[in-house]
Amino acid sequence: MGEKYRHIGKATHRKDARAIVTGSAKYIDDIKLPGMLYGRVLRSPYPHARIKHIDTSKAEAYPGVKAVLTYKNVPPWIGGIPYHRPVLDSTMRFVGDAVALVAAETEQSAEEALELIEVEYEQLPAVYDMKAATMPGAPQLHERIPGNVFPRGYRPIGEKALQEIVIGDVDKGFKEADFITEGTCGYENIPNPLPPEPPGVIATWEDTEHLTIYTASQSAAMNRNFHQPLLKMVDMRVIGTHCGGSYGTKNANMIPMVHAAALAKVAGRPVKVYFNKEEHFNAYSLRLGSRIHARVGIKKDGTITAMEGEWLVDTGAASEMAQVQIAVGCGEAQLALRCKNWNLQPKLICTNHSPAGVVRGFGGQELKSSLLPLMAIAMEKANLDPLEFFKKNYVKPGDGYFWRDGLWWDYRGIDFSNAMQKGAEAFGWKDKWKGWGKPTAVNGSKRIGVGVGVHGNADVGEDESEAYVKINPDGRAVLHACVSESGMGERSALCKMVAEVLNIPLEWVEITAPDTMVNPFEFGLVGSRGTYTVGSAVIEAAENAKRKLFDLATPVLGAKPEDLETKDGMIYVKGKEDKAIPWRKAMGIARTLTGQGRFETDYSLCNFMMIFAEVEVDIETGKTGLRRVVAATDCGQIIDPLVLAGQLHGSIGSAGIDTALFEETVLDKDTGHIMNCNMIDYKWRTFIDLPEFENVILETPFPTHRFKAIGVGEISPAPGPSAVLMAISNAIGKRVMDYPATPDKILKALGKI
Amino acid sequence: MKRVNRDEGRKRRGISQRAATKSRTAEKNIRLTVNGKPYHLMVGKDVNPEHTLAYTLRETLGYTGTKITCDHGSCGACTVLMDGEAVLSCTILTVECDGKDITTIEGLANAITGELHPLQQAFIDYTAFQCGFCTPGIILSAKALLDKNPSPTEEEIKRELAGHYCRCISHYLVIKAIQSVAEKGR
Repeated sequence: MGEKYRHIGKATHRKDARAIVTGSAKYIDDIKLPGMLYGRVLRSPYPHARIKHIDTSKAEAYPGVKAVLTYKNVPPWIGGIPYHRPVLDSTMRFVGDAVALVAAETEQSAEEALELIEVEYEQLPAVYDMKAATMPGAPQLHERIPGNVFPRGYRPIGEKALQEIVIGDVDKGFKEADFITEGTCGYENIPNPLPPEPPGVIATWEDTEHLTIYTASQSAAMNRNFHQPLLKMVDMRVIGTHCGGSYGTKNANMIPMVHAAALAKVAGRPVKVYFNKEEHFNAYSLRLGSRIHARVGIKKDGTITAMEGEWLVDTGAASEMAQVQIAVGCGEAQLALRCKNWNLQPKLICTNHSPAGVVRGFGGQELKSSLLPLMAIAMEKANLDPLEFFKKNYVKPGDGYFWRDGLWWDYRGIDFSNAMQKGAEAFGWKDKWKGWGKPTAVNGSKRIGVGVGVHGNADVGEDESEAYVKINPDGRAVLHACVSESGMGERSALCKMVAEVLNIPLEWVEITAPDTMVNPFEFGLVGSRGTYTVGSAVIEAAENAKRKLFDLATPVLGAKPEDLETKDGMIYVKGKEDKAIPWRKAMGIARTLTGQGRFETDYSLCNFMMIFAEVEVDIETGKTGLRRVVAATDCGQIIDPLVLAGQLHGSIGSAGIDTALFEETVLDKDTGHIMNCNMIDYKWRTFIDLPEFENVILETPFPTHRFKAIGVGEISPAPGPSAVLMAISNAIGKRVMDYPATPDKILKALGKI
Repeated sequence: MKRVNRDEGRKRRGISQRAATKSRTAEKNIRLTVNGKPYHLMVGKDVNPEHTLAYTLRETLGYTGTKITCDHGSCGACTVLMDGEAVLSCTILTVECDGKDITTIEGLANAITGELHPLQQAFIDYTAFQCGFCTPGIILSAKALLDKNPSPTEEEIKRELAGHYCRCISHYLVIKAIQSVAEKGR
């Protein structure tokens, strides 16, 4: 399809490619401001404790130390949803919780000063299990969260924000069912998405009213959008650096940001707070824990007649925006499972482990990984092929859903059955699927099994974006958009859109740094929204700039604007390219033209991803290998094939597919300590263990914008874990319902241990 | 790049006992070359005994293209070339580096013309990175491999890169990029 466009659909070099391969790209730890201090954090050794006494006098007197903060003297900024997370508190709620902050001339002085802070703790009982946390007499984490269950009254994303799925009449639905199944499935390995670069922020106060933040973020503007109210509405300028991976975790960056801003305010100098890897493991953005108990009513033909259950969500010691993740998860459940009668009741619970945060998959991966195995029980009972079941039950034109805003949206997208079928053909599903609990092949103690999972998200059209495109008389253009680069290539994709609209070489388009002072409003690169939302704003801005240019060219060329065309900085009347004039003849050399564009929220479209997985399980040892993955999607129009391929390959990383096999945060439930908080004990897939990987990408035009494209990057890991669990269950002939399916769990399922 | 402990690393790199002894006795003066540029570092002034090579490169000498992820030798991000071998600069102390010739990612392109190394160009052509944080280390390991073995098999490439953590999963395009250079070398 790429031929119809000059740039769109073609593999082009990332704009920042040279900087990355030569080492000149600047990440947060590569930046030093004059006079900058280093901030370090004293962390709690206990999962739940109250500070009885804290003495910082020795630390304050230590050479090089410029600021020491505890709950007693920290600025009164409180974050989280609802507000429950001060910068520092007198109560510690997880191992690694911040006790005190130090800023010093060198990192070493700051580290050494931490050791001089004397703290006497009163240890408190801790709770780690969601059910236990909600029992009478359980240790209480927050005064504002009675019974450790977050109140539903708070509406972070609007008055009607979706906090449950209640549709139709489940009693009636169960009566219509041919089969009713029931079960529980937990996805509670709370893995760490673990970008290679730890989180980091530099804060500097220009004066008491002006705060500048340098941030390693996938959405620099979000630092300001979310936290300006928290900082009493000071004028906050946010500048994004290159970001060494995020996978959702480095968006608003609240914790490092408030720590750096508080220290900088007291010290009167710039302060960098940059986590080390141990802190990254112990005190930063895990996945939500998820456990669903549900009853499913199903007909022989695969119609889902009723879905009723409880969804327990574990956010650890605090909620960054788990309520929004629940809202999105509830919406996404409806996209994948067409059902007229729902009653799914989420319950958001806090426990004494490191807080969950925003992570790629955003509630949806957690929900799907728990819910789809429960659907598999129903499919097995009705003897249905899961591929055919998903084809039948994924959202279709004419359907609708309650999205995260609590409103009903009529779906105006496409039927994804074709993409499912093409993916299945590439995978060889028809030959490999032998039925529930049946291996595809047996070779000695080795059993091959296959599984499939599905996911999609209507957040592709979430929230607002604005862009300016400024064109110069020399034919070049500058895109003003507050878009960060954390690996998605979106900055380059947007430049391509501008180059396409203005019909100029890609090298003639530059994009401003992600800086909230020089750019218009941007929400951020989340929920695969970049392609549709930011793209729409950028295209509109480029078209507006072009229209202004043509208006100026009209008297010069003696033709109406609609009869004009432009190429490579020249304007001409259609069909008369030989009489072209340069832009500067129309504009003059002392002028720039700026077009503006804006996008408004639209939840009426969704994206789609299906993962097919083939595993090999050794039933003697329980060891499982991932042999082959096929990722199938329809993106409307490819913007860049290599960037898109990378996003789909990413389903293995960022606490995705491998959370079904070996990835987990191992919490010692006696001490509250994470037992594998380093990169040797925390397991990750190496080059040697790569599965075969094939992408199947269709391009059915979407009613989005000029290029008919839709984003899919965020969702690629989400269908993976349930697909792998299904494949393992089929390989060994026993149902496995526990993540990750490590050898011990497989041998247990087989009755061997 | 393979994970080796320091003693094994010394053996592999052919460091003689005499050279090791010399580096201990001459510990007040560390002379090393980075990307062809000689440096003379004073212990206690420019370098502390606990400084890793990764720290010295980044913080003392300003070669920030060398990235640190785990800082304990398990992710490959800080890989640099030492006398042509890929090593983990976070597990080597700078005071051990007397007389060493170091190449960082900044030293791969032609310093005068700016012409990129074929591997760098291939990584650009194949978009063989996403966030780019692990990329300098991977490119340097790939260079060490191709310098020894200009036409590695896919399996040999995977084995050489096994110690590199990439969370975005650029692996598949990285392999293609390296293969494209290897094929040209045939």
